[in-house]
Amino acid sequence: MTVTVCHIPFSPYAELEAYQQLMGDEVRRFGATAIFVGTMRDLNLGDEVTHMVLEHYPGMTERQLEQIVAEAQARWDLLDVLVIHRVGEITPGDSIVLVAVWTLHRGAAFEACRHIIEELKHTAPFWKKETVRDGERWVESNTKG
Amino acid sequence: MTVRVRYFASLREKMGRIDDTLVYENIATVADVWRAVSSGRPIPDQLLCAVNMEYAEPQSLVNDGDEVAFFPPVTGGSG
Repeated sequence: MTVTVCHIPFSPYAELEAYQQLMGDEVRRFGATAIFVGTMRDLNLGDEVTHMVLEHYPGMTERQLEQIVAEAQARWDLLDVLVIHRVGEITPGDSIVLVAVWTLHRGAAFEACRHIIEELKHTAPFWKKETVRDGERWVESNTKG
Repeated sequence: MTVRVRYFASLREKMGRIDDTLVYENIATVADVWRAVSSGRPIPDQLLCAVNMEYAEPQSLVNDGDEVAFFPPVTGGSG
């Protein structure tokens, strides 16, 4: 299980490839991998967004993410989990978050992946500040998903 | 008793600072910490709080050396 807060742009697909490379023969045990990639949109609440800054609470963020993954591991039989979340200045098209879950069967993979991203959105201490045409604004609530 | 108080996101901007260090004898709870840094106001409904990087409630106890944080609802992730 790996949880990372990433300060520079990252490719979720390259990260997945690299992560699986490190698993070696472990990959023979997996029957299913569920992957969620969240990307920054250029439109929010009807306004064009040119960029945004993602602030976080260093230390608490990692701790919360690890707890979320541990809860998922207690609830489903998970073989491995990778969570990467961007912080700092982000532009539309950039990946914000990657959640990948490796399991024996697809049911647990889909359910655990969904659970982890929903819990992350509700409890991990991240905050978004968008820059729109009229200036800057804090994003005050999550989208419904 | 010494408590470090940290602020994040829009609250940090409203407070005009990133943290405070409180040196008081009469702080027992998170609500007491908030009153000390906000001229006696109650904790706003929407505000979240943490003690030593774990979510806490206004009535949660605070001890010497603790780090208390206040912040608005979180908005991480995407999609």
